[in-house]
Amino acid sequence: MSTAAPVEVEAPREVEDFEHDRPWIVIVWNDPINLMSYVTLVLQKLFGYSKAKATQLMLQVHNEGKAVVSSGTREKAEHDVARLHAHGLWATMRQD
Amino acid sequence: MFERGQEGGVELRLSRDERSMLAGLAAELRALLDGAPGDPSLRRLFPPAYDEADDERAYRDLMGSELLDGRRAALELVAETVDHDRLSAEEADSWLRALNDLRLVLGTRLDVQEDTFLEELPPDDPRAPALAVYGYLSWTQEQLIAALS
Repeated sequence: MSTAAPVEVEAPREVEDFEHDRPWIVIVWNDPINLMSYVTLVLQKLFGYSKAKATQLMLQVHNEGKAVVSSGTREKAEHDVARLHAHGLWATMRQD
Repeated sequence: MFERGQEGGVELRLSRDERSMLAGLAAELRALLDGAPGDPSLRRLFPPAYDEADDERAYRDLMGSELLDGRRAALELVAETVDHDRLSAEEADSWLRALNDLRLVLGTRLDVQEDTFLEELPPDDPRAPALAVYGYLSWTQEQLIAALS
């Protein structure tokens, strides 16, 4: 029989800092109502993406069911989600 | 029906019947938002931001009324400008969002799926009239997007 080696425990404060630093991501989910052209236009308008970049993200949403469209601090992600919601897109956010 | 106008605006070429139908639909949704904001057909207008219930509640408290007011304002703008021959860029943006909201609500009621329009409906299907309106709104929105893109 062996005993487990003592495990170093991280100080909670460091864990919190780490949690705080992890970026938040904004996800747009596929839905059967929003038009593909509309999703592309909204991504261009809200995030300043080129037509090519917005189209690529839209196709990822359409083909894979979802795509990460922006990321950053919690405040930024929440702002982005709210703007997507104002345009009727199905968007959620979570910490990466 | 929509043509690119000056300074990001659009020219609006709609028949009287189309204008009157759009005004009616906008007024109907406006009344639903005012009178029955918890109606299940409105759920796609207010999707959750967070998985976690406490975070979601805080998001609702912070953003809920602003999102609702924005939707009301866009529908009101459509009603006000429905007889105009041209829309400014800002007005066209409100039209775009209002048309999308109308499709989200009607599409939710009709339980529209990706393949809904692949097969032709039998003419006696009870959903046929509403699906025709939905199809009209989709086509209209597509024209507006093309004029703005």
